[in-house]
Amino acid sequence: MFERCSKSWRAQRSEPGGGADGDDSLYPIAVLIDELRNEDVQLRLNSIKKLSTIALALGVERTRTELLPFLTDTIYDEDEVLLALAEQLGNFTMLVGGPEYVHCLLPPLESLATVEETVVRDKAVESLRKISQEHSPVDLEVHFEPLVKRLASGDWFTSRTSACGLFSVCYPRVSSTVKAEIRQHFRTLCSDDTPMVRRAAASKLGEFAKVLELDYVKSDIISLFTALASDEQDSVRLLAVEACVSIATLLPQEDLETLVMPTLRQAAEDKSWRVRYMVADKFSELQKAVGPEITKNDLVPAFQNLLKDCEAEVRAAAANKVKEFCENLPEDSREQIIMTHILPCVKELVSDTNQHVKSALASVIMGLSTILGKDNTVEHLLPLFLAQLKDECPEVRLNIISNLDCVNEVIGIRQLSQSLLPAIVELAEDAKWRVRLAIIEYMPLLAGQLGVEFFDEKLNTLCMAWLIDHVYAIREAATCNLMKLVEKFGAEWAQNTIVPKVLGMANDPNYLHRMTTLFCINALSEACGQEITTKQMLPVVLKMSNDQVANVRFNVAKSLQKIGPVLDSNALQTEVKPVLEKLATDTDMDVKYFAQEAISVLALA
Amino acid sequence: ISGAVQGAGGDMQWCLSQAKGSLDDDVTEADIISTLEFNHTGELLATGDKGGRIVIFQQEIENKRQPQYRSEYNVYSTFQSHEPEFDYLKSLEIEEKINKIRWIPQKNAAHFLLSTNDKTIKLWKISERDKRPEGYNLKEEDGRYRDPSTVTSLRVPVFRPMDLMVEASPRKVFANAHTYHINSVSVNSDNETYLSADDLRINLWHLEITDRSFNIVDIKPANMEELTEVITAAEFHPHQCNTFVYSSSKGTIRMCDMRASALCDKHSKMFEEPEDPSNRSFFSEIISSISDVKFSHSGRYMMTRDYLSVKIWDLNMESKPVETYQVHEYLRSKLCSLYENDCIFDKFECCWNGNDSMVMTGSYNNFFRMFDRDHRWDVTLEASRENSKPFQVIKPRKVCAGGKRKKDEISVDSLDFNKKILHTAWHPQDSIIVVATTNNLYIFQDKMN
Repeated sequence: MFERCSKSWRAQRSEPGGGADGDDSLYPIAVLIDELRNEDVQLRLNSIKKLSTIALALGVERTRTELLPFLTDTIYDEDEVLLALAEQLGNFTMLVGGPEYVHCLLPPLESLATVEETVVRDKAVESLRKISQEHSPVDLEVHFEPLVKRLASGDWFTSRTSACGLFSVCYPRVSSTVKAEIRQHFRTLCSDDTPMVRRAAASKLGEFAKVLELDYVKSDIISLFTALASDEQDSVRLLAVEACVSIATLLPQEDLETLVMPTLRQAAEDKSWRVRYMVADKFSELQKAVGPEITKNDLVPAFQNLLKDCEAEVRAAAANKVKEFCENLPEDSREQIIMTHILPCVKELVSDTNQHVKSALASVIMGLSTILGKDNTVEHLLPLFLAQLKDECPEVRLNIISNLDCVNEVIGIRQLSQSLLPAIVELAEDAKWRVRLAIIEYMPLLAGQLGVEFFDEKLNTLCMAWLIDHVYAIREAATCNLMKLVEKFGAEWAQNTIVPKVLGMANDPNYLHRMTTLFCINALSEACGQEITTKQMLPVVLKMSNDQVANVRFNVAKSLQKIGPVLDSNALQTEVKPVLEKLATDTDMDVKYFAQEAISVLALA
Repeated sequence: ISGAVQGAGGDMQWCLSQAKGSLDDDVTEADIISTLEFNHTGELLATGDKGGRIVIFQQEIENKRQPQYRSEYNVYSTFQSHEPEFDYLKSLEIEEKINKIRWIPQKNAAHFLLSTNDKTIKLWKISERDKRPEGYNLKEEDGRYRDPSTVTSLRVPVFRPMDLMVEASPRKVFANAHTYHINSVSVNSDNETYLSADDLRINLWHLEITDRSFNIVDIKPANMEELTEVITAAEFHPHQCNTFVYSSSKGTIRMCDMRASALCDKHSKMFEEPEDPSNRSFFSEIISSISDVKFSHSGRYMMTRDYLSVKIWDLNMESKPVETYQVHEYLRSKLCSLYENDCIFDKFECCWNGNDSMVMTGSYNNFFRMFDRDHRWDVTLEASRENSKPFQVIKPRKVCAGGKRKKDEISVDSLDFNKKILHTAWHPQDSIIVVATTNNLYIFQDKMN
């Protein structure tokens, strides 16, 4: 359809002003235009997504004079249609005649910027920001800036929130008089009556600060920032924390103490846990923004307080940042700060009453070992790891186990292995299958770090036990795990340790276990290679074609299809083919189907 | 009586301005009004019923030729908010009855409200449309198809004015978060979150996120046999985004501070009046159960309704209410029969007037009560078509509490307990009140001086 229409567009370009007359290329466009108002939202959506096709067919002038006015009035539509429209209009400049006419796109985007659905509004603002770059400086002041003003002084908060996102794109490109007006508008919105607008202003404060001249950052932005950071609404104050990061990066170091730090200190001790949570969540960014000196003097105690906060959500957010915070400490005093200030708090968190806090800590604590080095790790961190490995909450233990690689680099895993083993065994036998599943996923990693000897001695039995777990997802994961282990330890190891056990299950009275044998063979054949597959696995598979359970038989067919490419053509012709042919005449429909499928895939017919 | 009315509070004289609903005595269950709510300007009034429908009335622009006819409320939009459902897992029917309606502060030309039944909260958009697109390429406006070969040029549709159409469309559905029956929803002053309360839990939602809510209060005991108390109502403070209260079946109100912690199981204040030992009876606990709690517009006070009284609490004083108004004290001797006919479990709501100087709540026999807080004046009025002529001041009613019955008084025994006014609403600015009798809506205005 698109090719056709570009043809008609070319036709139109060659004879300007005239529509394509009577030719068949009109029909698909006519359909698209009609479907702009179809009852079916999918068809409308489809038409909106092909808006560029319609615009090309209409030509730039009719797009400007007819299509855009129509679209401006379409704001009654479903959100998904409006969202698509808002997005399309951001790429429409060429279709209305290039930058010279880009301002024609403002009316529909303006009306989209006032709808109630946030995603649509945000998309409209995004498109407006995009096309603002295509305005000439003159057009920006004649068309774009008045639109921003209209939105900023709109009756409804939806338009005022949208305005907040547009100031920063016009500010750098307008005259100083207009700049002053924009600053005034932004100031007004920062003290708007509705919390929604103040939130929008707070969330754009950082990016607006970036385009302002430094003097205005100091005179205007700081006072707005201070006001928003002490707003009566928690949801406004917490957004000011985000702005704090951008503002702090803009200011010279010597001004931070007086202009930013009082507010940041206040936020870190805010009465509302949500604001403190935000501080904890943004801690690494804040740390980088304020630099090493302030970090040492101010942020360290603040971080200690957050780690000891009375609200578990805050402690968990802070615990998540422990490693990053320590990493970014100035090198000269890093170790001393961690050992005297951070580690005592971390020790307490290990036995926190809330499991989310412990689990957040467990996901980063291992990272401290690389920062602190071997001796400190053995002396101070190891007891904490061991304590967490024994935690009652499986998630905590899992998080420790999943990060073993960091410790491995520093002290080697042997130090841990004595405690590791009981923890792994316990998780491996956890009553919740999702926990068992999670530990299986770490097995290849553990095997790599613990080495083949330790693995054979301690963990191999576990891996085999999972193969007969009563939950299918576990058996499936166990199969996949075996494959990864073979990739790690090699075919010879497989032949000696795994393959005999797997093949032994082919005689199990439980048909589910017999099927597990087949699934394992599917997974292992490639990693084990032709010889093991042909000599050891194939005979077992072929023998199982006589199984009395149809599910086993059709899985034999599937397995043969799977391992076929690994076998040589002789084995295929003499051994596999007769069996598949027999299965193809099975009484069971599914067995027949899969046997026939295997025959055709392996080209044995 | 008339002296009192003419006195301090006497400048409030009420006239029936509109009575809506069927005149038929035979009430269809689905038509029973289950909730009333003015929007923030008072321009719109929403009612919900047991049939899951919501009817929105709009105040007409004032009629200049007939100044005594103040603006009337007329139907603006009617839509089905909830349908009856069946929970197959629990073999339970879920009624479509609308338990609560709350308007969202207006954000653009459209209006939004939250409506809830026992389990599911919905966000509705009510919007106007006065233009429609015209002009197809391949068919006529009436739907007949044109011969494609006659299409020689493209037509872009054009919007043309049309008769005003009001549409209600469901925007969000907040489901699967309540095990028990939802009794309250309340929008936070941050305008982006709201709470929903059921018998044992309170959840916090974001208005734009439907698949996730946070449980902030949970009073469910580990062993349900130890259950002694349920949540009866909950509301956010009108200005402080961190504060909300919930009332209980034991007559207490707990205030929680969401800043303190994510879970608000620990309250920051508990409002409770010590029981009067001389009034203790088998029914004490039942009648002390709070059926409604409402903050004053100023945010300084809150009002609670229990079976026999309305209490006003100063948020700074937890030990006792600052004001207590008896709604129908004469029923105290009738509690036994009210227990037998289940009336004692009726959930009366209450409301404030625009400047918090008066409160209103309902009673039986289609009576409702108003209390003037400044002048300590109160009145009983009746919602009835028969006893009120249009734009005539309606006469206060009086119930004979004992002793010799005076003329114009009605004896307690002749009260009709099937006619009850559970829901009332006061216009947020003007002297306009609405009360719902079973299936009728009565709108009163004060007499214009």
